[in-house]
Amino acid sequence: MTRLLTVVAGTFTAIAVAVAQSPPQRFGFGEPAPRELIAQLDTDVRPDGTGLPPGKGTALEGEKVYARQCAACHGTKGEGGQAEALVGAEPTGTAPFGPQYEQWRSGRPDVPFTVGNYWPYATTLFDYVRRAMPPAAPGTLSSDDVYSVVAWVLAQNRIIPEGAVMNAETLPRVVMPARDRFVPDSRKGGREVK
Amino acid sequence: MQRGWVVLTQAGLDWHRSHLFERGSAVNRRAAAARSWGGSRGARRAVVKETTVRRPRNSSHVAARDGGVTRRTLLANTLGAAAVTLTSRRASGQGRPESAARFGRLPNELGARSPAEQSKRLPSAISSRTPLQDLHGTITPADLHFERHHAGVPAIDPRAYRLVVHGMVDRPTTFSLDELRRFPSSSRTCFLECSGNFGRQSGERTTAQELCGLTSQSEWTGVRLSTLFREVGVMAQATWFLAEGQDAALMTRSIPIRDILDEAMIAYAQNGEGLRPEQGYPARLLLPGMEGNASVKWLHRLELADQPFMTREETSKYTDPLADGSTRQFSFVIDARSVITSPSYPHTVQPGWFEIRGIAWSGRGRIQKVEVSTNGGRTWAAAELQAPVLPKAHTRFRLLWRWDGTATEIVSRAIDETGYVQPEWKALQTVRGRRTRYHLNPVTGWRIGADGRVLFGIERVTT
Repeated sequence: MTRLLTVVAGTFTAIAVAVAQSPPQRFGFGEPAPRELIAQLDTDVRPDGTGLPPGKGTALEGEKVYARQCAACHGTKGEGGQAEALVGAEPTGTAPFGPQYEQWRSGRPDVPFTVGNYWPYATTLFDYVRRAMPPAAPGTLSSDDVYSVVAWVLAQNRIIPEGAVMNAETLPRVVMPARDRFVPDSRKGGREVK
Repeated sequence: MQRGWVVLTQAGLDWHRSHLFERGSAVNRRAAAARSWGGSRGARRAVVKETTVRRPRNSSHVAARDGGVTRRTLLANTLGAAAVTLTSRRASGQGRPESAARFGRLPNELGARSPAEQSKRLPSAISSRTPLQDLHGTITPADLHFERHHAGVPAIDPRAYRLVVHGMVDRPTTFSLDELRRFPSSSRTCFLECSGNFGRQSGERTTAQELCGLTSQSEWTGVRLSTLFREVGVMAQATWFLAEGQDAALMTRSIPIRDILDEAMIAYAQNGEGLRPEQGYPARLLLPGMEGNASVKWLHRLELADQPFMTREETSKYTDPLADGSTRQFSFVIDARSVITSPSYPHTVQPGWFEIRGIAWSGRGRIQKVEVSTNGGRTWAAAELQAPVLPKAHTRFRLLWRWDGTATEIVSRAIDETGYVQPEWKALQTVRGRRTRYHLNPVTGWRIGADGRVLFGIERVTT
């Protein structure tokens, strides 16, 4: 009887061992991603300029693109409308919040958060316009159009001169007023309110 | 429990008498019948009937304040049904409810809610909010899960769908939906919350749905991100990745690998079925405890890198201007928060016993305690937490309270397992400054007038 039980138990152990195999490092699922597919999808632009395409544009050229593609929602001068304001850097060089701003404001209406006073990287503007604008037909602007309209928004915010050419070399070198205001998240839970 | 049952029943009957049975003779007869039932059988019936006619925004013991068109319509339907019930009961002479008079509907392929359950999301141009005041327990029905998207809900053919993983990986790979599903799977119940989940535009007439309906909870199922990363061979120097959606905004966020790898998954199922289109069908990133937009929906590309990409949604949006003039970036984790969902505006309460109900959650782990004050914050009592209390999950809290009929304010505050205490608005303002915009989780409350009307305690969150 005992031997029988041992045999039965042994059989179950063997089955259990057989079922519980250790998983592999890799399963081999999925297909190698073709280079062309990656190139097609990988349109992101980084602060160091990685990802910027060939092409160029100035604020002068951008004015036409802006009027045609953007002004209806963002206002003729970028002051905002149905969509958010893009231009506005009052008071010059200051964030639209914080002690310096509050001191400056004294009774004035609030300044909106804009490319000029809040965006830390000019490359982000290129990335976002190419990625998502205009909302009704995203992805339809040429690289030159995007460089131009980005130049126009930067010039309107008095960050670059009107005649400055924006391309893969110059855009990453534009220093945005808000560049150094960003700090990493330091919240860690616990009693402190942050 | 027994005490609560009787009280609810009494409240239910009172509600019927004052709000329903005053209309029409058939209805009065019905009321008489209700009164004459007596005993436990009658009590049970009254509760059931209460449930049947319950308006979406009511819980069983609190009534809606103003009778709008919707309510009148619903009442008319309900009263019609009641009259029919009464007539047929008399005709049969057996005292059977109408529902028991004939064989019911046969099994079918797809269920539907009772027509009396009319809870709805509250949509705007860019989002829709979960009707928190109507929900019980902690799971949000998938069709009531909040929505937030930047360029509408895309239609994606699951057969054509591919997730591409590339960048700092040994083997750039595409995965079809079937291939994702073939990997070992994992399920996780957790909340999602939009970074901008604090609405108070309606002042004292703010509902729980307007206040914080941009949070919902589901059981999500998918493949762990760590499994996928092992499969493609993520390089040692990779510290961040870009997650990109295939909506019209090609929405992108950079995610720090170290902070999320233990819990992140690519989810393809929600509450037991495929994701809803507005939740990212056919697959989305899911980062438990973190601001909703980082859990990129309609996920079609992951690019591994050694630094963040600084996309628009992590620079100009979803960052926190602070009182000192700096801007906090990558504020992923949702701090602890609670909200009383019942009673809430526009409910009306009556003196006597009722249950204060709400939900609490923290992106840092489990809710340890929820305290409720019934005197505007002077004293606090620990609410009962519904087990199991899951990490990074909505936790239902309840406190039984006997209201004496004097005007007051009911308030809740959550404490999580790190010891973090949900802050008052003023404390948040001190740190974040006047123009803080996202990640707001202040203590909130509801004022109860001597007439029983419930209004949002707007003063508590006003500078």
